[in-house]
Amino acid sequence: MASLGHIRGEVRMSLAEKLWQVNWSLVLLVALVCGIGFAMLYSAANGSWDPWASRQMVRFGVGLVLMLGAALVDIRHWMRLAYPIYFVALVLLGAVDVVGADAMGAQRWLDLKVIQLQPSEIMKVALVLALARYFHGVGPEQFGRITVVFIPLLLVVAPVFLVLKQPDLGTAIMLLASGGALFFLAGVRLWKFAAVLVAGLAAVPLAWHFLHGYQKARILTFFDPERDPLGTGYHILQSKIALGSGGILGKGFLEGTQSHLNFLPEKATDFIFTMLAEEFGIIGGLALLSLYALLIVYGIAVALRARSQFGRLLAMGITVTFFLYVFVNIAMVMGLIPVVGVPLPLVSYGGTAMLSILFAFGLVIGVYVHRDVRIGRRGVESGL
Amino acid sequence: MQLDQFQSKQFGRRAAFVVGGKVALLSALVARMYYLQVLQSERYQTLAEDNRINLRLLPPPRGRILDRFGRPVALNRQNYRVVIVPEDAGELSATLERLAKVVPLADAERRRVLRDAERNRPFVPITVRENLSWEEFSRVEVNMPDLAGVRTEVGRIRDYPCGPSFAHIVGYVAAASDKELDGDPLLELPDFRIGKAGAEKVYDLALRGSVGTSQVEVNARGRVIRELARDEGEPGKDVPLSIDFGLQQYLTQRIANERSAAAVLMDPHSGEVLAMASTPSFEPNEFNEGLSAARWQALTSDPLSPLTNKVIGGQYPPGSTFKVAVALAALESGATTPNTKFNCPGYLELGDTRFHCWKPQGHGLLDMHGGIKNSCDVYFYETARRTGVDRIAEMACRLGMGAVTGIDLTGERPGLIPTRAWKKATLGQAWTQGETLVTGIGQGFVLATPLQLVLMLSRVVNGGKAAVPRIVRKPPEGGLIQASFAEGEPPPSLGIADASLQVLLSGMNAVVNDGGTAHGARIAQPGMEMGGKSGTSQVRRITVAEREHKKRGPEDRPWRERDNALFIAYAPVSAPRYACAVVIEHAGSGGSIAAAPIARDLLIEAQTRDPLSGRPSEPPAGRGKREVPS
Repeated sequence: MASLGHIRGEVRMSLAEKLWQVNWSLVLLVALVCGIGFAMLYSAANGSWDPWASRQMVRFGVGLVLMLGAALVDIRHWMRLAYPIYFVALVLLGAVDVVGADAMGAQRWLDLKVIQLQPSEIMKVALVLALARYFHGVGPEQFGRITVVFIPLLLVVAPVFLVLKQPDLGTAIMLLASGGALFFLAGVRLWKFAAVLVAGLAAVPLAWHFLHGYQKARILTFFDPERDPLGTGYHILQSKIALGSGGILGKGFLEGTQSHLNFLPEKATDFIFTMLAEEFGIIGGLALLSLYALLIVYGIAVALRARSQFGRLLAMGITVTFFLYVFVNIAMVMGLIPVVGVPLPLVSYGGTAMLSILFAFGLVIGVYVHRDVRIGRRGVESGL
Repeated sequence: MQLDQFQSKQFGRRAAFVVGGKVALLSALVARMYYLQVLQSERYQTLAEDNRINLRLLPPPRGRILDRFGRPVALNRQNYRVVIVPEDAGELSATLERLAKVVPLADAERRRVLRDAERNRPFVPITVRENLSWEEFSRVEVNMPDLAGVRTEVGRIRDYPCGPSFAHIVGYVAAASDKELDGDPLLELPDFRIGKAGAEKVYDLALRGSVGTSQVEVNARGRVIRELARDEGEPGKDVPLSIDFGLQQYLTQRIANERSAAAVLMDPHSGEVLAMASTPSFEPNEFNEGLSAARWQALTSDPLSPLTNKVIGGQYPPGSTFKVAVALAALESGATTPNTKFNCPGYLELGDTRFHCWKPQGHGLLDMHGGIKNSCDVYFYETARRTGVDRIAEMACRLGMGAVTGIDLTGERPGLIPTRAWKKATLGQAWTQGETLVTGIGQGFVLATPLQLVLMLSRVVNGGKAAVPRIVRKPPEGGLIQASFAEGEPPPSLGIADASLQVLLSGMNAVVNDGGTAHGARIAQPGMEMGGKSGTSQVRRITVAEREHKKRGPEDRPWRERDNALFIAYAPVSAPRYACAVVIEHAGSGGSIAAAPIARDLLIEAQTRDPLSGRPSEPPAGRGKREVPS
């Protein structure tokens, strides 16, 4: 495959060659996970395609096209577009604060009449793109200087600040974590992490002061669920009962008592994993977890095979973000961490998250398709 | 390439750390899953089994309705009943079958429960039987374990301690009909009642209060394990009426012997109604317990219309009581003066029609004072002819007739004050002068409710102020009919000259106290003297033949065709504080004979108890001793 025309480290491929290169088993894996999602949404509506499953399938159709499109575009284009995309996402995030639609006490959506846009989901991908772009241009010798982390820190802090204002604690933590992972992967010295960690811990009391009442309640309830038997503690308790009563084999499709008697909150979105585990037991839960693990392993493999730092960081960054989605959501519904409102990727009902994740996987496939493309330190100018 | 290799190697090392982290976290998830779904599974299965958290609605206690001194006339009492929750009951008809072995259940009741189960949401309890005896109640309690979804409850039921006496004022409550359901789950609750008539309806929202909720954890059988949270809601507000309990009881009894009658007592200055009675009445408590279709049919088809409050819903030709409005119209328009004299030979001829006075031999020469005192028809034919129907109508409307008064009760009717334009518009015919003449004595097209009559009188005796009648002292928020009066402010003036009002006051004084038509009903107690105006309205035209044969006695005609007797009165004449109107349907005798004694007794009672002085009157104890003129 390396014979595909190397000219000054540049690979030119026809559309057909690119299509041949697309990692179709990864596409199949994504479709499989989404299929599980449709089934669970069908069950969440008590055995009806309305209102969730049918709409989610349409979005999947759109997202599939978006994914393949993203995969076929040369990654150098994406590298060039990284900052503009980030900037647009940031503006949209800011717009939510001004004209956003309220839902359950938090402003997270932009009502564009045709679709409801959730810019924080876009930002999760855009941040990875922007950081990958930045660190691609930083040589190892530069990591000695402290100034080198200022710009990427700004890239992380700006959206985190806006997301916290919405307020959306879960997304803010996810952005911080995936940003931190990219810093680490790019080679930022460990002592700097230690410094940031210390500074972060020192800022906890201050941050606490700025947290909204319901966020404080969620954290306190996490440490002491009995505090609020009807609020989030109740949700977690009901979720644990649903999971536990599912047992090994589960209660059967459409048979989950917890879900169908409405004890389970938000069963189409944040708590959809609980419903799966109630109806299909630990077998079903582990099956979905394995599919996720396979997707992540694929992502890591793609990252390791890429020959450009941008490609590596992009693929790995997306994989880490994806992993964080999975972990935070499932850990949340199992009562391991506080309820923070993060959807289960590709399964939870939600358009923007679905499209963002499919687009992100498109980028991962794109990195694989263009794995041999070399990109100069200063970026795209040398290549295209 | 060296750089690339360095980056690649370093990335590889760091990626390994990241991957390690992921593996560790995923393992944690798997471990947790194993713990929950395998190790603890049994425990959670039990919990899921027991897991039923219900949101129960706590209906707020309905506010009481009080009389002007706080004595309750509508309150709540305990009601033992058995309810069934369809979603917990399994096969509903089978459960009802088992329940029927414990307490008797009629087929109609079972059908109703099944129908309600279709209509309501499955978690809303449906009442199976109400007002159980203590023994029945205990029997259900004992058999509860075999009756899934069946619950016993001690609810509240509306109680009207005064029964029919206050029925037309307070109204009644009943379960909301399908039409009235507005999505508020409160209205679907088995014991929830809403006002359907009277003050219960007008002030329903204030009386209702706001719903409370109780979150309870119950097991699969419906037994409450614990209450998680409780919001008591807000009990309904009490509504104090302007009615005086004692006077109301007195008035109800005073007219109880009449076949069909209405009477009302009012404070002419504030418009507060102190007593209001309509015969026959009905038993409002019947409505709480659910009225049978047959009973409802009987009530609505009764020709004496017991459900109608005739004080506001009965429209009668006002007869000679209307002369008050005619006289004021003439004086204020300048058509006649108090000194204008007309001769009454017993009739007035207009064209080839003869309009008779009630006194065949005539009254001779009279001025307005004499006209009012003797209620001379010829005098008022002439007065009306000079004034014209439109100016009479204008004054009548100013005094509160021709439209609903706006009292805070349901079922008020507007009466009718004819004008030329009205006749043209509704009958398509031109007004004739003969019609003006009969309008002058309150006959023909003119219709008024007893409330409008007492309002007319009040506005004359209170110095020409636009008082508006009402049955509450202080309107609570959320009333159906918006109060048109400002709190504590005297009503605005109607712009009628004081001199004109004085002519009417002295005339009405003479009617009773100076040998006028109602002399027989005067009040002898010094300081309590009343003034008033009688009225006798024909229900049917007297034919020439009857007039010639002097066949006018009540015994000659069936009840339905006998005259109505009316009387409006106020007291004391020196400084009027109470005004009343009495209408006896088809009394057969004139207003001064059939209605005036009731007005007299009512005004004596009112001045003796004197609720307007601010003291509650004595409980109605010594009433039996009082001599009641028949």
